[in-house]
Amino acid sequence: MPYAESDLLPISALQHLLYCDRQCALIHLERLWAENRFTAEGAILHRKAHGGRPESRPSGRTTRALPVRSFALGLFGVTDVVRWDPAAGGEAVPVEYKRGRPKKGDCDRVQLCAQALCLEEMLGRPLGRGEIFYGRVRRRVAVGFTPELRRATVEAAARLHDLIGSGRTPQAVPGRKCDRCSLRDLCLPRLGPAAGSARRHFDRSLDALLAGEGPTD
Amino acid sequence: MKTHLNTLYITTQGTYLGKSGESVQVRAEGKVLAQLPLHNLEGVVCFGRVGCSPSLLGACAERGVSVSLLTQHGRFLAAVRGNTSGNVLLRRQQYRLADRPEVALDVARRIVLAKVANSRSVLLRAARDCVAGDAARLDTLRREGGRLAASAPGLREATTIDQVRGLEGEAATHYFGAFDALLSPSASAEAFRFTGRSRRPPLDRINALLSFLYTLVLHDARSACESVGLDPCVGFLHADRPGKPALALDLMEEFRAFVADRLAFSLINRRQVSADGFEVRENGAVLMNDATRKAVLAAYQQRKRETLAHPFLEEQTTVGMLVHLQALLLARWIRGDLDAYPPFLWKG
Ligand code: SF4
Repeated sequence: MPYAESDLLPISALQHLLYCDRQCALIHLERLWAENRFTAEGAILHRKAHGGRPESRPSGRTTRALPVRSFALGLFGVTDVVRWDPAAGGEAVPVEYKRGRPKKGDCDRVQLCAQALCLEEMLGRPLGRGEIFYGRVRRRVAVGFTPELRRATVEAAARLHDLIGSGRTPQAVPGRKCDRCSLRDLCLPRLGPAAGSARRHFDRSLDALLAGEGPTD
Repeated sequence: MKTHLNTLYITTQGTYLGKSGESVQVRAEGKVLAQLPLHNLEGVVCFGRVGCSPSLLGACAERGVSVSLLTQHGRFLAAVRGNTSGNVLLRRQQYRLADRPEVALDVARRIVLAKVANSRSVLLRAARDCVAGDAARLDTLRREGGRLAASAPGLREATTIDQVRGLEGEAATHYFGAFDALLSPSASAEAFRFTGRSRRPPLDRINALLSFLYTLVLHDARSACESVGLDPCVGFLHADRPGKPALALDLMEEFRAFVADRLAFSLINRRQVSADGFEVRENGAVLMNDATRKAVLAAYQQRKRETLAHPFLEEQTTVGMLVHLQALLLARWIRGDLDAYPPFLWKG
């Protein structure tokens, strides 16, 4: 069932979703955002990629900052770069710039594939592959849009719509991912239901404080 | 959340703030005075005649840096915030809870209890620091501290918000009654005598100092509410009134004594502000001069960098971060993650 234009969600939310459902809800539902060093640098890198004009190189023409959307997936976004490959009859090759290094999970590839599916829907022709450029290692990784990757992308998009549609932020499931999470200080992952009663904690602390002789240090 | 927590305060009249790359550029009289990276900033507070370029305002809004415009003397005029803050679902829940009298009573009671406990801690801490032989001061501090503790059972049993507010008022009277005892006798005590709370305008030096510090804390509380997505104007203890930041005022109660009052008295006792740093007008209104205002801002920034352990989160944090953490806990409770809002208790 195709989505309406007003229901489109940003492609960038997919990577948050794949990192952690709660992070995705905190950012896209609660609109919390922690600008830290990483996101700031990421923003600068992106601005570079988005800033310029179309270039013509022997490897083909490139387009920067192309807005894309898919009603089938319910997503919209902006591609960093699209290369039009002359060797493949002008086929569009989306290129995504990432600050860091290649990660274990699927999340960068799913994001790129989402861009590709958007482009396919708008261009009316299939795309075979894309590229991710990793800033830290200055390496270009080719990504084939395989049936498995496409399926993972479609599933992620559907899950994203479920999460945002529910309007609920899931409880934290603390884990190692939390150490690298830019929203850690806003999420307070340890503060789940397991943390115990805030009411009891307050009452007890207050009693202890009022019974005491005040601050000691 | 930002861990650096730098707020840029601009007090020099005629300053202009522009954007240069990813930085704020501070200019005056055609010269660049400073350049600060945006991602190190939490907020920009402009006092009086300070200009900001539209592109800077836009960039701040986009990056969650709040920009507040105050009069030269610190009255809030306007703020620029981006649409990144403000979660409509959370706010709706906030309004629903604020509309339920039993819920509002429950939070208000705990906020006032924390306020009273923290005020008492400030008095008892001062009593500890009293030099031996200063029996009269010591006696006042201990006696009023005791009276503050005595108001706790009544607050716990209060059944209406009005009762809570009434008991809060009584406790405040005791607390203010010990204010002069917070001045160390060596200080120019006479010039800083407290003549009762006065705001519009402040009628003595200590009130002028307190009003300014409260403005700074309130500004931070307001930004904290916004940055966790809450509406700073819908509160629990403080009644809604157009233009009144009721929730920010609620949040501030836990910090008045611990942050603002303690800082005011330590500035006086350590002679970081002096009597002639204030201007007494014909009608008795007392204003701080620019040099004093700068000294207070610097001391406030310094205080915000001090570290302490958060009593509920059991994590090291800074004084400046506290108000954000409390706003976050407030949002957590409103959203249903916590069974109650635990206000900040200063354990020292
Ligand atoms: S801190 Fe952990 S649980 Fe919280 S948003 Fe980040 S990854 Fe998810």
